[in-house]
Amino acid sequence: MSSFDPNKIADIHRHLHSHLPPEPALRVKAIESLLVEKGLVDPQAVDAWIEAYTEDIGPKRGARVVARAWLDPAFKAQLLDDAGAAVAEMGLQGQATGHLKAVENTPTTHNLVVCTLCSCYPFGILGMAPAWYKAAEYRARAVRDPRGVLREFGVDLDESIAVRVWDSTAELRYMVLPQRPAGTEGLDEDALAALVTRNAMIGTDRDLSPEAA
Amino acid sequence: MTKSPSTCGRAILPAPDALHPLASRDGDPVFAEAWQAQGLALADCLVRAGVFSADDWAQSLGAAVREQADTTEGYYLAVLSALERLLDDGPLTSDQIKERRDAWARAYEATPHGMPVELENAP
Repeated sequence: MSSFDPNKIADIHRHLHSHLPPEPALRVKAIESLLVEKGLVDPQAVDAWIEAYTEDIGPKRGARVVARAWLDPAFKAQLLDDAGAAVAEMGLQGQATGHLKAVENTPTTHNLVVCTLCSCYPFGILGMAPAWYKAAEYRARAVRDPRGVLREFGVDLDESIAVRVWDSTAELRYMVLPQRPAGTEGLDEDALAALVTRNAMIGTDRDLSPEAA
Repeated sequence: MTKSPSTCGRAILPAPDALHPLASRDGDPVFAEAWQAQGLALADCLVRAGVFSADDWAQSLGAAVREQADTTEGYYLAVLSALERLLDDGPLTSDQIKERRDAWARAYEATPHGMPVELENAP
């Protein structure tokens, strides 16, 4: 949908004729410089955060948690009982992992995670949420038509399998513990972790392949 | 009987993206521009510093996303508005932010290409 906005047009002209950063970048810069002056944020912490979340922390941490749970029944029990503590035990605690809940897929149950309010997500272990997770389309449809959403992601769920939809909040964020694929009996933790997809830990993927992509 | 006009040509089918609006965004980059990562990083650092709570952040962001387009750009514009509103209720006023934004804009315009942009350069 397009609309005529004189301010926006004027903005575009300004940007064409100068090397001003885009308007939101200027606003972010203004906020950051004021917060740094007031001692409310440490610029190095902000830079470290960006570096970590754009490069280091992807869903690999979550995949390691899943692989450990597949291999170690005691760890799995702890994960399902108190995921925050289980993750901390692996040395993976970080932002948004304190109030983590793991929900387990079974042959008769499938779990799907959404944040209907905004975009609450256990990014400390799954990395940044994918673009679609933050979309209004997903936030609405995951609740209204979870099977339709799953079909869109290539998961054609048999009617006999129950779907549970979990609404993450700032205080309680969910991750899915997918089922271990058959034919992976001899694999170690690293090899198993390589089979776990980000979407499987959100619930938009279900049957993982026994071979790494 | 007159012949009906030909209707041959393109089949009228929705584009694949319209059929799969979510799955088609699966590979989109999480951040399209640096300011998007910076905005979210600031919000998270402020939650960790206790300037506002995680729940206040979620509520503010939830309200802001409903006012923006349902796109990656819209999401991060919502992050920025949510941040500005929470700060306006706390340590920074919107006037302070506006003044500082204008000072940065003047500094950018006064700084020759290739030179580091410093706030002190703002005329």
